[in-house]
Amino acid sequence: MSVREDLADRVPGGDAGFIVAVLLGVYAAYVLAGVALGYSIRGQLNSVAVLTFYIGVFAMLALALNLHWGYTGLFNIGIVGFMAVGIYVMALVSKPPAGTGAAQIGGLGLPLVVGIVAGMAAAALLGALVALPALRLRADYLAIVTIAMSEIVRFTFLSGTLEEFQLFGQQVGFGGGSGVILNFTDPMEAFFRFFGLWDSYLGIVTAFEVIIPNNPKPVVDGLVYGVVLLGFVAVLYWLLKRTGESPFGRVLKAIREDEDVANSLGKDTNRFKIKAFMLGCALMGLVGILWLMTSGSVTPNFFRPRVTFFVWIALIIGGSGSNTGSVLGGAVFAALLFQGPRYVKNLVDTVIPNADAPSSFGPAVAPLFSNFDPSPLFFYTIDSIRQLQLVFMGLVLIWLMHNRPEGMLGHRKETAAGIPLTSSRAKGTAHADGGERGGTDE
Amino acid sequence: MSDTDATNAETVGSIPDDAVATSSGSDGSSSRLDLGSGGPDVAEQYPLQVEGLRKTFGGITAVDDASFRVEQGSLTGLIGPNGAGKSTTFNLITGMLQPDSGTVTFDGEDITGRKPHAIANKGLVRTFQIARELQDMTVLENLMLAPKGQQGETLWRSVTPGFRDDVIEQEEELLERVWNVLEFFDIDHIAEEYAGNLSGGQRKLLEMARALLTDPDMLLLDEPFAGVNPSLEKRLLEHIHELREQGYTFLLVEHDMDLIMENCERVIVLHQGRVLTEGSPEEIQANEEVIEAYLGGNV
Amino acid sequence: MGIAETYTRGRQFAIARPGSVLLTLVGAVLLFDLLSGLATGQHSFSNVGSLVWDGLMRGLVVGLAGIGLSMTYSILNFANFAHGDYITAGAFSGWAATYLIAGIGRADVGALLLVGAGGSVFGGTLGIGVTGTPIAVLAGILTAGIVTIGLALFIDRTAFRPIRDADGITLLITSIGVAFALRYLMQFVFDSSVRGTTSQPPAFPLYLVDGAVRVNAHDIALVVVAGSLMLAVHLLLQLTKLGKAMRAMADNEDLAQITGIPTERVVRAVWVIGGGLTGVAGYMFILWKGTLGFNDGWLLLLLIFAAVILGGIGSIYGAIVGGLAIGLTASLSVIWIPSAFTRAAAFAVMIVILLVKPEGIFSGRTTA
Repeated sequence: MSVREDLADRVPGGDAGFIVAVLLGVYAAYVLAGVALGYSIRGQLNSVAVLTFYIGVFAMLALALNLHWGYTGLFNIGIVGFMAVGIYVMALVSKPPAGTGAAQIGGLGLPLVVGIVAGMAAAALLGALVALPALRLRADYLAIVTIAMSEIVRFTFLSGTLEEFQLFGQQVGFGGGSGVILNFTDPMEAFFRFFGLWDSYLGIVTAFEVIIPNNPKPVVDGLVYGVVLLGFVAVLYWLLKRTGESPFGRVLKAIREDEDVANSLGKDTNRFKIKAFMLGCALMGLVGILWLMTSGSVTPNFFRPRVTFFVWIALIIGGSGSNTGSVLGGAVFAALLFQGPRYVKNLVDTVIPNADAPSSFGPAVAPLFSNFDPSPLFFYTIDSIRQLQLVFMGLVLIWLMHNRPEGMLGHRKETAAGIPLTSSRAKGTAHADGGERGGTDE
Repeated sequence: MSDTDATNAETVGSIPDDAVATSSGSDGSSSRLDLGSGGPDVAEQYPLQVEGLRKTFGGITAVDDASFRVEQGSLTGLIGPNGAGKSTTFNLITGMLQPDSGTVTFDGEDITGRKPHAIANKGLVRTFQIARELQDMTVLENLMLAPKGQQGETLWRSVTPGFRDDVIEQEEELLERVWNVLEFFDIDHIAEEYAGNLSGGQRKLLEMARALLTDPDMLLLDEPFAGVNPSLEKRLLEHIHELREQGYTFLLVEHDMDLIMENCERVIVLHQGRVLTEGSPEEIQANEEVIEAYLGGNV
Repeated sequence: MGIAETYTRGRQFAIARPGSVLLTLVGAVLLFDLLSGLATGQHSFSNVGSLVWDGLMRGLVVGLAGIGLSMTYSILNFANFAHGDYITAGAFSGWAATYLIAGIGRADVGALLLVGAGGSVFGGTLGIGVTGTPIAVLAGILTAGIVTIGLALFIDRTAFRPIRDADGITLLITSIGVAFALRYLMQFVFDSSVRGTTSQPPAFPLYLVDGAVRVNAHDIALVVVAGSLMLAVHLLLQLTKLGKAMRAMADNEDLAQITGIPTERVVRAVWVIGGGLTGVAGYMFILWKGTLGFNDGWLLLLLIFAAVILGGIGSIYGAIVGGLAIGLTASLSVIWIPSAFTRAAAFAVMIVILLVKPEGIFSGRTTA
C-alpha cells in the first residue's frame, strides 16, 4: 500500500533485498559525509564499524521486542533488565576463576559459548518469573511490572551484597557499582580459534597494513565484529520470520488481537504467551551479551531505562508487527537518531575546533544576552548533543504516535502461516470433497 | 432405562430414584428427574447437562440454580428477557466465568470450572454476541487459526528445518479444509480481506465458520442473528439446519421469539437467572408463566 | 453467622486469593519479627521510630504527587510516564525562585535562576531553609505549583489532546516520549549535577523509650503543606460541582459526556489540580531531602505508581494511603534487607500488589 511497499516490490530479493538496499544507502551517506570532510581511511572505517555495531544491536533488539509487542501484544518496557542479566550471568560463567586472573573478582572459568547460553537461559528464566504471574495483567500493568523489574535488576547488580559471593566453590561476584571487568578470552579470538582460522585472521589484519599503516587490528576487529553482528541479525530475522510465519505465530497474532477468541478456539493462550515472552527475553539477553562482551567491562548504570526507550523508538519507526520493519527501524534509528547526532558533533568538532565550550548553560546563554554572541550557546549545544539527542528522540516518538502510529515505513502484511494464504493457492489444491463435515484430521 | 438406573445408583449412592425426585422438588414427569449424574446413555443422548448453576456478582444473582440439558443433534433455543442470565450462563458453561456452585457436564465429563481452551478442545465451542473477528488478520488467517492438533503450534517444530516440512504439509491440508468451509458459507470471495473490513453479517459468518473449523461436537451461538439483515439471517439459518443434519448440536441464545419458535425443536426459558420452563415451542407458547414473565403483552 | 460459616468464607477466600493470604502471612511474620526484635532489644525503639518517621515523610511526598497521577490515570485512562518529570520540573522552577529571592544581590542572577548549575552557587551558603528564608520558600512553593500547572496544560495541549481518543497504550507511549524530552531538556539547562539546596534546618528530638527521633523544621513544613493540600482536594471533590463532575468522569467518561458535563473543562481542571499538587510535591521533596538532581522525579515515579496502584487507580485517598504504605515499606525494609535493596523492596511490593489485588485496596471508590 505505502510507498515503501512499492519500493520493496521493485527491489530484487523482496524484503531482505530491501533491507540490504536501505543499509547500503545509509553507509553511502556516512562515507560520503566522511569523504567530504577529508576523514582518513582509518577514521572512515572506524565510523563504519561503529555504525554497523549499533545497527546490529538495535535491529536485533527491535526484532526481539517485535516478538513481544508486535506479535503477542505483550508490553515489555523492561528490555534492559533482560540484557543486563544476559551479560552479567555470561560474565559470571565465563570469567576466569579468581585465583588465576588479576586481582579482579573471579568467575567460573567456563568456555564463552557456555557463558552465552547460560546468559540467555538466565534472561529467559527471569522472563518466565515475570511472565508466569504477570501475563494476565492489563498491558499498562505489565509495562509497570517490567520496568520495575528492570530497575530491580539494576539495583541488585549495584548492591554491595552481590559484589562477591561463593558459587560452586568459586569466589565470584557482580562487582557492585564499579562493575565487572570482562577478562575472559577475546570473543573474536575465541570465535576464530574455534574454526581454526585465527592465524589466517591475523594474516588478514596484517594485510590491512597496506591501507592503515600503524596498528590496524582494532579497526579490523571492529569491522569484523560488525559483520558478525549482522550475521546474528540475519539469523534472528530468519528465526523470527519462521516463528511468525507458522501456526505458532498465528496464535500469537490472535492473542494480540483478542485473547478471549484464541481461548474459545481451544488455544492455551498462557502457554503461548510464556513461550513467546521467554524466547524474546532470551534474545534480549543475547543482545546484551553481544553488545557488551567486547567492551572490556560492564557497570550496572549502563542498563538505565533509556536503552529500553531506544529500542521502542526503533520498533515504532519500523512499524510493530513486522520483522522486516523491525530490522529497518533498528537500522534507521541507529543511523539517524542514535549515531547521527554524534557523527554530526564529530564533524562539527573537526570543522570548528572548540576547545573552550562553556561547561554549563549559564555561561552559554549569558553572552547571547550581553553582547548577542550565540557562539558559546552553539558550542554548549554541540557539546551536550548526547542529552539533546534524547530530547529529540522524545519529540520523534511523540510525533510518530500522533502521525504514524503504524510506523514510519507503513503498515506491513506478514501472513501468519507457513504457506502463502491466497485464494488461488487454496483453489489450486482443493479437491472434490467439498461440502463435507469440513474434514476431521487431528 | 435399567442401565441408567444402575449408574444413577452408583453415583448418587443408595438413594433411590424417588428420593432424588423428591429432593429436587419435582414430580416424576418433569425432565429434571434425569438430570445430574448421567450414565453413558444419558451422556450420549444429552451431551450437555447443566445442574444447579449459580453465579453472583457483588450481591446480584445473575444465574440462580439453573438446570437444563441439551439433546444430541438438536437445535435448542435458550431464551429469556434482558438480564435473565443468558450470556452469563454461556460464559459459565464455556469457562469464561467460574460458577459459585453447580456443575456443567459435557460428554459425560464434569467440565465445571475448566479453562475455556480446555472446554473448547473437548468439542464445546462458542461464538460471541458481538462478533469478535481478529481484525488485523485476514479471513484466511482467522480460519487457519481454528483447527485443532496443529503441529506447527509447537514453536520448535515450526522453526526447526526438517520438522517444518511436516508443518508446511499440514498447512496445505488445513488450507484445503478451510477453503471447503469458506465455500460452504459462501464467503470465499472475501478470503484475502482483513477481517476488520468485513460487514457485520460477514463477520457473523466468519465467526461461525471459524468455530466450525475447530471440529466441535456442539456449538453455542450467542445471538448469531443480532444485527444481521433478513436475507443473511435466512442463509445463516439454512447453514445451521444443514449442519444439524450432519450431526452437530446447537444451543442458541436468541432474542427473536418468532425465530426460535420456528426453528428450534426445544426451548429453554430463563427468567431472573432460573430456568422457568423448557419444552417444545408449542408448549412454551402455551405456557402462561412464560407469557407473563417474558412475552408480556407481546403475544 | 456461626463459626462454621466464618470458616467456610475464610476457606473460600483462601482458595480464591491464595496470594492475599500469603501476603498477609508474610506481613504478619515481619510484624512479629519487628515486635519481638523490639521486645528483646534487638531493634531500638528510637531507631525504628526514626525509620517510621522517615517513611511517613517520604510517603507524604509520594502520596501528594500520586493524587495527580491517579486522577489522570482514571479520567484520561492512561499511565502517564511523564509524571515524574513534572515533579522534577516543579522542583527546578520552584527552587529557581527560592534561590533568586534568597540570593539576590549576593550572587549572579543567572547562576541563581539555574539553581546553582555547575557549582556556581550553593543553597547552603545562601542559608536557605523554612526558618531562615521563609518568604523565599513560600515563593518557591507557589512558583513550583504554578509552573507545573502551566507545563501540564501545555503538554496536554500539544502532546495528549491531539490523540485524546486513542487507546491507553498509545497515550502511554506518547508520555514516555514526553518524559525523555522533558528530562533531558532539564539536564541540558540545569546540568546533571546533584546539588545541595538547603542549609541544615533546626531540629528537635522527640524522646521515644530508649532514644530520640529527630524531627526537623522541614519535616514539619512538609506535614503542614501536604496535609493542608490533601484536605483541600478532599473538600474540592466533595463539595464542588467540579468535584462531582470529576468523579462522574472517572467512573464513566461516556456517561459524563451524555449528561452534559463539559469534559474538556474537567480534563483541564484535572491537569490544573494534579499539576499543581505534583509541582508542590516536587518542591517539598527537595526541601525535605536537601538535594536536587534531574533524575529525582523519574526515580520517584515508580514509587508513585506503586502507591497509586496499591491504593486503587482513581482513588485520591487510595493514593495518599498507598503513598504512606510505600514510603513506610521503603524505609522500614532496611530492618530486614540491605539498604541497597530498599527501592527494590518497594517495587517488589508493588509487583506483588499488582499480582494479588490489581484493583487496589481502595477499589470501587473512584476519585472519592
